[in-house]
Amino acid sequence: MILLNTLQIAALFLCLLLLTKPVGLYLYRIYETSSPFPLLNRLEGRLLKWCCFKHDEQDWKAYLKSLLVFNFMGIMILFLLERFQGFLPLNPQNFPSVPWDLALNVAVSFTTNTNWQAYSGETTMSYFTQMIGLTWQNFVSASTGMTVFLALARGLSRHPTSPQDIYLGNFWIDLLRSVFYVFLPGAFLLALFFASQGVIQNFSPTLHISTLEGWQELISMGPVASQEAIKILGTNGGGFFGANSAHPFENPTPLTNFLQMLAMLLIPASLTYTYGKITQNQKQGWSIFLAMFVLAILGAFLISCFEAQPNPLLTSFSIDQSLGNMEGKELRFGTLGSAHYASVTTDISCGATNSLHDSFTPLGGMVLLVNMLVGEVIFGGVGIGLFSMIIFIIITVFIAGLMVGRTPEYLGKKIESKEIRFAILFMAIFPLVILVGTAAAVLTPQGLASIQDAGPHGLSEILYAFISATQNNGSAFGGLNANTTWYNLFLALAMLIGRYLPIYLGLAIAGLMVNKKIIHASPGTFSTQGPLFIILLLSVIIIVGALTFFPVLALAPLLEYMNLLQGKGF
Amino acid sequence: MAKLIFPTPSYFSKNFFKEALWLTLKRLDPRYLEQNPVMFVVFLGASLTTLICIRDFFYPSLFSEPIWFTGLVAFWLWFTLLFSNASEAIAEGKGKAHATSLKALAKEIIARRVLKNGQEEMVPTSDLKRDDLIKVVAGEFIPSDGEIIEGIAAIDESAITGESAPVIRESDSDRSSVTAGTKLISNVLLIRIVSNPGESFLDQMINLVQGAKRQKTPNEIALQVLLVGLTLIFLIVCGTLIPFGLYSHTPLSLTVIIALLVCLIPTTIGGLVSAIGISGIERALRKNIVATSGKAVETAGDIDVLLLDKTGTITLGNRMPFKFIPFKGIPFKELSKAIELSSFADRTPEGKSILEFIEKHYGRFFTEKETRGLTFIPFSAETRLSGCDGPSLSIRKGSCDAIQNLLLHQKRKIPPEFFKVMESISISGGTPLAVAMNGKALGIIHLKDIIKPGIAERFQRLKKMGVHTVMITGDNPLTAATIANEVGVDTFLAEATPQKKLDFIIEEQAKGYLVAMTGDGTNDAPALAQADLGIAMNSGTQAAKEAANMVDLDSNPTKILEVIEIGKQLLMTKGCLTTFSVANDVAKYFAIIPAIFLLSIPEFQAINIMNLSSPHSAILSAVIFNALSIAALIPIAFRGVKYRPRGAKVLLAESLFIYGVGGLLLPFIGIKVIDMLLYSLSLV
Repeated sequence: MILLNTLQIAALFLCLLLLTKPVGLYLYRIYETSSPFPLLNRLEGRLLKWCCFKHDEQDWKAYLKSLLVFNFMGIMILFLLERFQGFLPLNPQNFPSVPWDLALNVAVSFTTNTNWQAYSGETTMSYFTQMIGLTWQNFVSASTGMTVFLALARGLSRHPTSPQDIYLGNFWIDLLRSVFYVFLPGAFLLALFFASQGVIQNFSPTLHISTLEGWQELISMGPVASQEAIKILGTNGGGFFGANSAHPFENPTPLTNFLQMLAMLLIPASLTYTYGKITQNQKQGWSIFLAMFVLAILGAFLISCFEAQPNPLLTSFSIDQSLGNMEGKELRFGTLGSAHYASVTTDISCGATNSLHDSFTPLGGMVLLVNMLVGEVIFGGVGIGLFSMIIFIIITVFIAGLMVGRTPEYLGKKIESKEIRFAILFMAIFPLVILVGTAAAVLTPQGLASIQDAGPHGLSEILYAFISATQNNGSAFGGLNANTTWYNLFLALAMLIGRYLPIYLGLAIAGLMVNKKIIHASPGTFSTQGPLFIILLLSVIIIVGALTFFPVLALAPLLEYMNLLQGKGF
Repeated sequence: MAKLIFPTPSYFSKNFFKEALWLTLKRLDPRYLEQNPVMFVVFLGASLTTLICIRDFFYPSLFSEPIWFTGLVAFWLWFTLLFSNASEAIAEGKGKAHATSLKALAKEIIARRVLKNGQEEMVPTSDLKRDDLIKVVAGEFIPSDGEIIEGIAAIDESAITGESAPVIRESDSDRSSVTAGTKLISNVLLIRIVSNPGESFLDQMINLVQGAKRQKTPNEIALQVLLVGLTLIFLIVCGTLIPFGLYSHTPLSLTVIIALLVCLIPTTIGGLVSAIGISGIERALRKNIVATSGKAVETAGDIDVLLLDKTGTITLGNRMPFKFIPFKGIPFKELSKAIELSSFADRTPEGKSILEFIEKHYGRFFTEKETRGLTFIPFSAETRLSGCDGPSLSIRKGSCDAIQNLLLHQKRKIPPEFFKVMESISISGGTPLAVAMNGKALGIIHLKDIIKPGIAERFQRLKKMGVHTVMITGDNPLTAATIANEVGVDTFLAEATPQKKLDFIIEEQAKGYLVAMTGDGTNDAPALAQADLGIAMNSGTQAAKEAANMVDLDSNPTKILEVIEIGKQLLMTKGCLTTFSVANDVAKYFAIIPAIFLLSIPEFQAINIMNLSSPHSAILSAVIFNALSIAALIPIAFRGVKYRPRGAKVLLAESLFIYGVGGLLLPFIGIKVIDMLLYSLSLV
């Protein structure tokens, strides 16, 4: 069993390794050549013209403005769709309009690529809302992630020839190309495959079935495959059903489980190759890939170890625990199939889940928390993961530059106090929102009322919710009743800050860097490739990302674990 | 090389100590500490714990920490601050002592100011303004930095350079500048004052080593931003720990939270960053380099390309004439005479050494009377020619290609030997100078260079540091190549004119290189100003000094090597201590987090991996370790982390091992040892 699962995860990473280059190359061609597909390109021009978007290159402020306007409109439209779904078609269950606080939370959640779900799709959203509202946002929020990465990569790599060279590309073109050349074809193929495996795609109302025992059973229906594909490929993670990928209509077989993990990892990983191409330093692209790879494997390995252990509190009962900690996991995926999926989904900022994270062992749950806490840079969400990683690289290069006695520079461009200011603020946002948010929850009765378990596990539940929202992951630990006005509003705020403030700071860095003179590398320059760079980068990620959260982790999962060792449960 | 005879300030003299101590205490002033946010947070923490201690003394409450504990925490927090202040005060004291000892020489001299109407008046040095004219006679000290307007004299500069042999300074040459505090040995000089009181190089230098007035370098500002960011993050971490503690039924006292905060924020680097910066400048000063800004010293560490004049840097001073080679049909005496006439107005070292050579070997051909009717043309760097014109004669002497151009311009024939002799001299590494009279080439002077001892090794080191060296010379390419090869410079710029130098620098900068240049002449000034780092020789002209960012008091151009090292050390020390500071946090977490929860949640014993004797002792040990690590690292801050030119990778790996891994492990040992000491002294 363990051997089989180990082979499966090895196969997963092997496939990823093989696919990174071709997909990365494809992405590079899409974005960095003026007309990747001549015929479609004319269509692209038309479309831009119809929408009255300018075709010109934008500086960072214009780029950011376009992005914010587009995203704000997205939130508004989705909010209105949810509020008026009762009057709209494709609502066979006749769901009423979504309450305002939940509707706002969902609108923010799907626009920020978080896909935190305080509701169950099958009992809240009409098919129209799911398809036109949520699936649409799945496509464009993923594409928004791609655009910010592209802008930052261009800002760092462009060689300015005059003081007017301050442009980072065009947001609308980057967005269109992401949707049409990357996510639509990818999701289409994936949806077909999922459908072939048994994922449903229909507009039927909920089926009422009489079981053999004579019980009445309700079976939810809907256009699942189309949403499932982009949920995975765009690292969105918002499931059609409340049970997400644990539901047999979303993730029916071990094969779809495997493919979902691969599809989640695919684009974030391939972007490292694209980045190497853009910066004309392929070794650096691979070094970043390796740094992420090491963390991903480490997480998968640790969680396998923890979850394969039986629950010590149950050993006294005559329960067969040979499968490890099976609580909250689906039999068709097994302990490790679920654990690996959880590890990947928290690495990737996807948030699709095929098991109940609440039921993981304390240390297993901690691995999931740490995966997210390091800043969603273990491949991370599409575009945004590498985007954050580049900020970590800037901090790393700054410290390394000082240590080798040379004014720090990255890709030949000097890193000065302004860039450091933005980069360190970028780092500070996450502890600020996560810790202050969690603290606010434990200090208020509304915050405490929602938790299901007392003691350290309850703290983990709140902490997980705020981490998941701020890092735009969207997976839920479970156990926390998040559909309250308090949580809907505060988590929406956390998602907004966690998404747009880093984007603002990162694009500002791109704007500062784009017009910097390229300095020649000398033997005294620290090179951003090779094992030493990887080690240093990993240390910075772990120290800045994880060390910050050591006290709260000690009080939540670690304390729970120590309690468990002494046979104390909550 | 000049021996340094700085009146080495005795660091441990009573006065020095007293002043440093006074400064240390004076700078506990929050208005001063505000400049350094990391230490300002420590100040706030220390003040708060002190207040808590006072409150507990008068109104003891059951829920607060024991008063001895709060008192000890406050005590060590104040010491954390004091150690940091002391490091700055001592560094500043050392730098000031160097600078003032130089400055003291210039004080209390009565200067003879020459008024517009020619009258003289006696004024104290402090009254001298820029552009005043003063007269100095033999035996007097030069009262202020200045430029010689008239006269030539021997000057004893030993007070500054330590070189006992007097040097010659004269007007209208590249050595027209005089420094305050040096002594005139012969003759009379008319000097123009170049700086207002309080603005001389040394005054600037004193400002650089003064913590309060010091301008931070760009890298220092960036580092400060990083440290403030980290402080902010830890402020959030510690602040939110109070509600998390409440959730876990463990009310945390403010004392404990402050102790944790101070341990986590990067106090080690934050407390020493100022001392590191000042010490860098002070180390430069100790090497007799006066920098105009801290930025200049830091820039030195980034230099990619270094431009060095051949003459005086790579080769010993003047090129000496080796022999005169007349062309076919030209009598030797005629050539010698022409050479003498052409050299009278040639003030270059070569011109002078040619005259000396003629006088020594053949005696003088012409008396002053005989040359009265002639117009002498001084050497100019543009034409690269000197000579003299008379009613029926026109003599030119200069580099071979300049003469060649001149003859071609006049449509005259160039004898075939011209090139043969020129080439053979060039190949041997010598310098040929051609002489022409009335459009006819007479012959060639063979000048020889003498390469400075030890110069090749220095170039080897520069190469290892990754610095590309360029030799600048007025020689033709062949000669230049021979010498370049011999000493191991990477490339050379032959037949250089001031414009060519400037163009070369601009070109290299456009390619993305940082360029340093050393120079002394007025015609070097544009290039010195254009270069990212310009180092002027103290012996050089005022124009050169003003254009440069550094002045070398010893006038030793290869000293740039040390300057680069100092610049690199400056950054490395900051980087290494930052790494050390952050790496320390791991152990501090493991000491403090179990300690603060252990009493209410006994399970935390499991992560008390250091097995510290009691919660109070654990927290105190961490605070004490934190304070002591600042004190212990003061010597490194002063000395700088050792730099060896071995490429970025090796350097980084080594520093990461020492300061990263070391910084991770050392506090585990340190905190445990302090804890055991506290326990054995039954203090806790």
